[in-house]
Amino acid sequence: MDVILFFVFAIIAVVCAINVVVQTHPISSAISLVGVMGSLAVLYLLLGAEFLAAAQVIVYAGAIMVLFVFVIMLLNAGTEKKEGKSLVVQLLGVPLLVAFLGIVAFFVQRVFPTTMVHFGGFTGGGVHEIGMALFGPYLLPFEVTSILILIAILGAIVLARKEMD
Amino acid sequence: MLAEVPMSYFLTLSAILFALGVAGFLFRRSVITVFMSIELMLNAVNLSFVTFSYHHGGATHQGIEGHLFAFFVMVVAAAEAAVGLAIILTIFKNRQTLNIDDIESMKN
Amino acid sequence: MALWLIPILPFAGFVINGLFGRRFSKAVVNTFAIGSVVLAFAWVLKTLLGLGSLETAVTEHYFTWIQSGSLNIGCDFAVDRLTAIMLLVVTGIGSLIHIYAIGYMAHEGGYYRFFAYMNLFMFFMLVLVLASNYLLLFVGWEGVGLCSYLLIGFYFDKKFATDAGNKAFIVNRIGDFGFSLAMFLIFVNFGSLDFGKVFRQAPAADTGLLTTIGLLLLVGACGKSAQLPLYVWLPDAMAGPTPVSALIHAATMVTAGVYMTARSWPIFMHAPTAMDAIAIMGIATAVFSATIGLVQNDIKKVFAYSTVSQLGYMFVGVGCGAFSAGIWHLMTHAFFKALLFLGAGSVIHALSGEQDLRNMGGLRTKIPITCWTMMCAAVAIAGVPPFSGFFSKDAILLAAYNHAPWMYWLGVVTAGMTAFYVFRAMFLAFWGEYRGHAHPHESPPVMWIPLAVLGALSLVGGFINIPKFLDGFFQGVPEVPENSSLMIVSIAAGLIGIFLAWLMYIAKPAIADSLASSLKLLYTTLLNKYFVDEIYDAAVVKPIVGGSRWVLWKGADVGLIDGSVNGAGSMAQGAGGILRKLQSGNIRSYATWVLFGSVLAIVVLFLATTNYWGGLQ
Repeated sequence: MDVILFFVFAIIAVVCAINVVVQTHPISSAISLVGVMGSLAVLYLLLGAEFLAAAQVIVYAGAIMVLFVFVIMLLNAGTEKKEGKSLVVQLLGVPLLVAFLGIVAFFVQRVFPTTMVHFGGFTGGGVHEIGMALFGPYLLPFEVTSILILIAILGAIVLARKEMD
Repeated sequence: MLAEVPMSYFLTLSAILFALGVAGFLFRRSVITVFMSIELMLNAVNLSFVTFSYHHGGATHQGIEGHLFAFFVMVVAAAEAAVGLAIILTIFKNRQTLNIDDIESMKN
Repeated sequence: MALWLIPILPFAGFVINGLFGRRFSKAVVNTFAIGSVVLAFAWVLKTLLGLGSLETAVTEHYFTWIQSGSLNIGCDFAVDRLTAIMLLVVTGIGSLIHIYAIGYMAHEGGYYRFFAYMNLFMFFMLVLVLASNYLLLFVGWEGVGLCSYLLIGFYFDKKFATDAGNKAFIVNRIGDFGFSLAMFLIFVNFGSLDFGKVFRQAPAADTGLLTTIGLLLLVGACGKSAQLPLYVWLPDAMAGPTPVSALIHAATMVTAGVYMTARSWPIFMHAPTAMDAIAIMGIATAVFSATIGLVQNDIKKVFAYSTVSQLGYMFVGVGCGAFSAGIWHLMTHAFFKALLFLGAGSVIHALSGEQDLRNMGGLRTKIPITCWTMMCAAVAIAGVPPFSGFFSKDAILLAAYNHAPWMYWLGVVTAGMTAFYVFRAMFLAFWGEYRGHAHPHESPPVMWIPLAVLGALSLVGGFINIPKFLDGFFQGVPEVPENSSLMIVSIAAGLIGIFLAWLMYIAKPAIADSLASSLKLLYTTLLNKYFVDEIYDAAVVKPIVGGSRWVLWKGADVGLIDGSVNGAGSMAQGAGGILRKLQSGNIRSYATWVLFGSVLAIVVLFLATTNYWGGLQ
C-alpha cells in the first residue's frame, strides 16, 4: 500500500516537475509547480510529517504560488522568446547534471540500504510536538524569522511601490 | 513488502526533483520560470530533510529537527519569493524585458 | 711618548683644511697644512732623541679596536730602528715637499683641497709606518691608496686624470687582495696579527705555509710598489700634480711595499722560495722598466719608469737577504727621486706647463738653480761615488752577486741604463738650444730651497750608514763579503751610461735619430711601453667588461632576475585575463559554475565519509 502510494505520487511529482521546466508559458509552469507541491504534501504524510504537510499546502501552494500567479498576470508575461545563449551552460550544463544525479543516487543507495519507510513509522511530527519544539529550544530562530518576514515585507513594498501609481 | 518503501527511494526522488530544478534554472530564459525552478529546488530539499528526520526516529529530539528545518526553509522561501518578485517587477519596469540573458550589466 | 701625536697632527691639518679651508686665505691654509707636517717632523725628532738607542721596540697601546672571538686587534703603535728611519724619511721629505707645493700650486684651483688631501696622506702613511700589527698597517695601506687616487685625480675635470686615478686604485686592489689573503692565513695559523706574536711563532712554522704567506704578501707589495705585473698604474699617475708624484710616487707610498716586506723579515727568512721570488720579480722589473725609460719623451714619465726600476732594485736587495741595503736604497732613493720630480716640476712650472723633453733645451742658463740641484740627484742615481746612490746601490749589487751572480750582471746593465736615461733627460732639458716657445723663469725661493736641501742630502746622504744602524735588527741574514772588483764594474757601468748619453745628445745628436730609425721596431716597442697597457686591455679588461655586460647584466640581471619578476607579473596578468572571462555577466553561466563546484564538493564529501563504495566509515 505504501509502495503504491509512494510511486503514484512520486511519478506525479516528477511529471509535474518536468512540466515546470519544459513549458514555454510561465502560467503553465506555475500550475505544474502547484501539482508538485501537492504530491510532496502526500509524501510528507507518508513520512509522518503531518504538520509539515499541512503547512506545505497552506503556505507554499496556497500563498506563494498564488503570489507567483499574480505577478505573472501583472507582468503579462508571455511565451518565452528564444534569444541569447551561453557557451558554458550548453557545454557543461547537461554533463554536470547527469554527474550530480548519478553520484547522489549511487551513494544514497549505498549509505542507507536498510532503513524502511512505512506509514505510521514516525510519530513525532504532529502539531503538538512541533509546537513544543518551536517554542522551546528553538524559540530564538522562530522569533528571528518573524523579523525576517517583517524585513521582507518592507523590502517588497519599497521595491514595488512606484509601480502602483 | 508492499508496506515498506526503502528510504533511499525518497532521497533519490529528492535528487531528481533537485536536478530538474537546476535544469530549469540553467536552461530557461524567462526570469519567472527561473524563480519557480528555485522553489522547486527548495521543495526537493525539504523532502530530503523530512526523510532524514524519519531516519533518526520520532522519540528523540533529533527526529523533529528535520521538520523544523523544513519549516524554516518554507518561511524563508516565502520571504524570498516576496522580495524576489518585487525585484522582478522593478527589473521589468526598468528594462522592459523578462529575458535573463539581457540582464548582464555585470559583464567583465 | 705620545706617538699618536705624529699621525694626528697631519690629520688635524686635514680636518681643519678640509672642513673650513674654502673660507681661509692661502696663508691660513698654508699655516695649518705645512705647520702640521713640520710639527710632526719636529715631534718625530724629539721622540727619537728621547728614546735613545732603540735596541728594542717601544710600543704604545691605545685602545682595543676589534675584540671578536679569538681575534684581538689593538690600536698599537711601535717604534724601533726600522720605524725610525721610515718616520724620518716620511716626515722630513714630506715637510720639504709641502713647502715646495706652496709655490707650485700657487696658481692652481682647489688649493685647500690639495693640502687637505696631502695631510690626509701623511696621516695614513704615518699610521702605516707606526703600526704594530698587520691590520693597522693595512688601514694605512688602504688609506694611502685612497689618497693616491684622490690626488692623482686632483684635476678631476680632465678625463685622463680621473682614469689614471681609477687605474691606480683598481690595480692596487688586486695587490690588496693578495695582502688580505696573507692576513687571513697569518691569523688562522698564528692566532694573531700582532707583529711581535706572529714573528715569535714564525721560525717554528711550516715552510710551505710561510712560503704561501710570503708570496701573497709579495702580491700586495707588487701592487702598492708598482712591480711587474702590477706596475701599470704608476706611469699614468703622473697625471697628478708634480708634488704628488714626488711625495707619493717616489718617496713614500710606493716604498710601503718594501717597508712591509722588510718588516715581515722573520716570515721571509724562513721561506727561501718566497725570497727568491721577490728577487727575481725585482730584477725583472728593474730591467724591464729601465728599457722603457730609455726612449720616453715626457720628463715625468722618464722619472716614473725610473722609480719602478729603482723599486725593483730595492726588492732585489730585500730578496737577496740584504734587508738593510734595501732600506738604505729606499732612503737615498727618496732623496734623489723626490729631488728629480720636484726639479721636473720646477722646469714645468718655469715653462708654464711644458712636459715634453723635445721642446726643452738650454735651460742651464735660464734656470740654473733647478739645473744644478737636479744634477746632484742625477749623479746620485747614476751611482757615481761618493754620492748617496752609489753606496746603497753597491750594497744591493754585492748582495745580489752573493745570492746569484746573474742577478748582479743584470743589475749592472740596469745601472748603466739608469745612468743613461737620467742623463739623457738632463742633457735634453738643460743643454743645447732651447727648442720651445715659452719664457723660462726661475722658480721662487719657496720652491728652490727644498730643492737645495734635497740636493745636499743626495750628495752626502750616503754617509748615513744605515746598515750599521740596522745592524742586528735583521737576524740570520747572510754575510756579504766585500769585493772591490764588483764595485769597480758597477761604477764603470754608470760612467759608461753617462758617456753614451753625452755622446748621443750633446756631442753628436744625429746618432740618436739614426739609431731610432734603424732599430725602428725596437724603438716603437719601447716607446709604447711594450704595449703592456694594450695587452692588459685586450686580455683582461675587455673580457671582464664584456662578460659583465653580456653575461651578468643582460643575461642574469635583465634576463633572469628582471625576467622572473616581470614574468611573475605578466603571468599574473595573463591568468587574470583568462579568469576575467568568467565574469560574463550571464547569470546562467554563473549558476553552472556553482553547480560545478557543488558537484565537486559532493564527491569530496562522499569520499571522505564513506569508503569509496558506500558503507559509512
